Amino acid sequence: MDLTWSAAEQDFRQQARVWLSANVPGSPLPSGDTRAGFAAHLEWERRLFEARWSVVSWPEAFGGRDATLWEWLIFEEEYYRAGAPQRVTQNGIFLLGPSLFEFGTPEQQQRLLPRMAAAQDLWAQGWSEPGAGSDLAAIRSRAVRDRAAGGWRLSGQKTWTTRGAFCTHLFGLFRTDPEAQRHHGLTYFLVKLDAPGVTVRGFERLDGDEGFAEVFLDDVFVPDQDVLGGVDQGWSVAMATTGSERGLTLRSPGRFLSAADRLVEAARAHPERAAAQRDQVVQAWIDAQAYQLFTLEQVTAISEGRRIGAESSLNKLFWSELDIRLHQTALELLGPEAELDGPWSRGFLFSLAGTIYAGTNEIQRTIVAERLLGLPRK
Amino acid sequence: MRFRIAEDDAALAAAAAGLLAKEVTPQEIRAGWPGGSAGRVDAAWRRLAELGALGTLVPEAADGLGLGLGLDENALAPLLFELGRSGLPVPAAESIAVGAPLLAAAGSPLLAEVLSARLLLTAALDGSGPVPFGQRADLLVLEAGAQLRLYRRDELELEPVAAVDGSRALARLRRPPDGGGVLLAEGPIAVDRARQRGVLGTAALLVGLCERMLDLTVDYVRQRRQYGAPIGSFQAVQHALAGAAGAVRFARPAVLAAAWSQASGEPAAAVATSLAKVLASDAGRLVARTAIQCHGAIGYTTEYDLHLYAKRAWALAAAWGGPADHRELIARELQLTRVG
Repeated sequence: MDLTWSAAEQDFRQQARVWLSANVPGSPLPSGDTRAGFAAHLEWERRLFEARWSVVSWPEAFGGRDATLWEWLIFEEEYYRAGAPQRVTQNGIFLLGPSLFEFGTPEQQQRLLPRMAAAQDLWAQGWSEPGAGSDLAAIRSRAVRDRAAGGWRLSGQKTWTTRGAFCTHLFGLFRTDPEAQRHHGLTYFLVKLDAPGVTVRGFERLDGDEGFAEVFLDDVFVPDQDVLGGVDQGWSVAMATTGSERGLTLRSPGRFLSAADRLVEAARAHPERAAAQRDQVVQAWIDAQAYQLFTLEQVTAISEGRRIGAESSLNKLFWSELDIRLHQTALELLGPEAELDGPWSRGFLFSLAGTIYAGTNEIQRTIVAERLLGLPRK
Repeated sequence: MRFRIAEDDAALAAAAAGLLAKEVTPQEIRAGWPGGSAGRVDAAWRRLAELGALGTLVPEAADGLGLGLGLDENALAPLLFELGRSGLPVPAAESIAVGAPLLAAAGSPLLAEVLSARLLLTAALDGSGPVPFGQRADLLVLEAGAQLRLYRRDELELEPVAAVDGSRALARLRRPPDGGGVLLAEGPIAVDRARQRGVLGTAALLVGLCERMLDLTVDYVRQRRQYGAPIGSFQAVQHALAGAAGAVRFARPAVLAAAWSQASGEPAAAVATSLAKVLASDAGRLVARTAIQCHGAIGYTTEYDLHLYAKRAWALAAAWGGPADHRELIARELQLTRVG
């Protein structure tokens, strides 16, 4: 056991802290899930990229710093501590990015990763459909071979696509073998949202922002070069991506450590209400530390070449439920002010999504039960 | 940064695990209950002593017999995971984590007797509460003022008290000791250090107990059939157990981190330790309750073994400060002051 940071890691933290304190906007940007706010966030993303902070763990050739996972954790801690803006490029960088590194051809990596890092291409996720949510393998959107044109023709409908109305590209699963059942015969495609035949309709989420979209595809041509990981191999590629989403890379401990610190500050600012909420405040703070300690153990395992596999479901259950409890406690501290539109009420509404996206918590509990505990399948 | 149990520490825990798996069946736990033959418990404890486990935190050669292993809290936590898992009714935290290193530091001539398990040592630092294993211990470390003193049982007036976990052999002091005893350590720093080790040891025992209860329950729900299917295939049962498993899985690294903080003399060790105890205690209560519920009526009997572990979990959740006590301690560190 050694829970200290090396001199190089401390130096990395210091660099990040200095840059963030000089560059993080003084007042919060408008929500990145609105059209105007998204544009403001893109400017921020491009500043991050120019200073090489947008994808710290990626190779330098693709715009990163070759940072270790440890350094990535440090950067995330500093990022949230500095109150820096939400990452509207997140779905590309944290979900598609890891899949491109694992399954992409060198040509795909060269062509796609630098533009993703620079926030030139903005990626939306195309998993769910009206008839396929938790049961992702039930998707019906299909891709038909167009041999003459050297590609595929995609038709169908994707939905709950985060920031789909503002993004330029979509990654998602389509059925390429209509005879195959369920997990078989699916292919992972990379689709331009300005291609002929694509219609995107944004719609409001619970918080009133146009953060959702449905994407209609009507005979949309996608060239062979935009198949990721091989025809009919889409399920394993997609599962690698959802693994990252549930686990560490989507929600680093830094996010909750900083939220817990803000909660403690709110409690100090409202001593008259804090008395009744003291246990909840302290427990939220404890749980944020517990999540960090859990991830330190996990990153050690990953650094030593072990895979965390189904354990990422435990991350997802823990952080998503912590996030709701933490925000509920903050709203209690605000008393009658809780109903106002503000950072805590917005954070609370967003926390309610956390137990749904990236695979509902019910799905995660089943994964924990069957794959970690070895309980029999239904 | 490396969050992994060191090889030497893991080796000690593995050796203890192997021994305990052989020596401690539910029969040994039941032997620690009133009317049982405590000799079976003592025999297993002696085997652990032969392994050197009782001297984990004792410097090598401090006892003159070479029973000290000279390890630190990083070794203590994994060892006590295994002792907790075994359910052996012994003062593991009180003796290995708290008492033995105090006797060693004070140069007590009784250390060798303790490390070889000829004398049973326990500790109680909170003054008013019942003394764990007070009915069986030969030697007791008690807090008196800002001192930690070692008493022989004949220097104290101890009366047995009944407990939910009968194997805890609780006793209460009829009155505070009137003189006597031998000074082991004094001053708030020394007392805090000893207390933190007791808290840490108890949290580690809880993690092991939780893992044992989970294993028992997973085995049961895989076999037990209702409506023509194993009940472990039902979502309600699966999800309850997933929640319980998560609580343990998050408590475990917190205990290891607290051990590291103590061993490294970190200023944040007190908070890290309280944090670990909150998580381990809450996990203990959740897992015990979930395990009983998933078993159904058989879980609500004393013929079946689950109660031996569940009752221990309830006892340890409250011992060395319950979750509310430790949240309070952290609240003070976070400067969340009480109003009114």
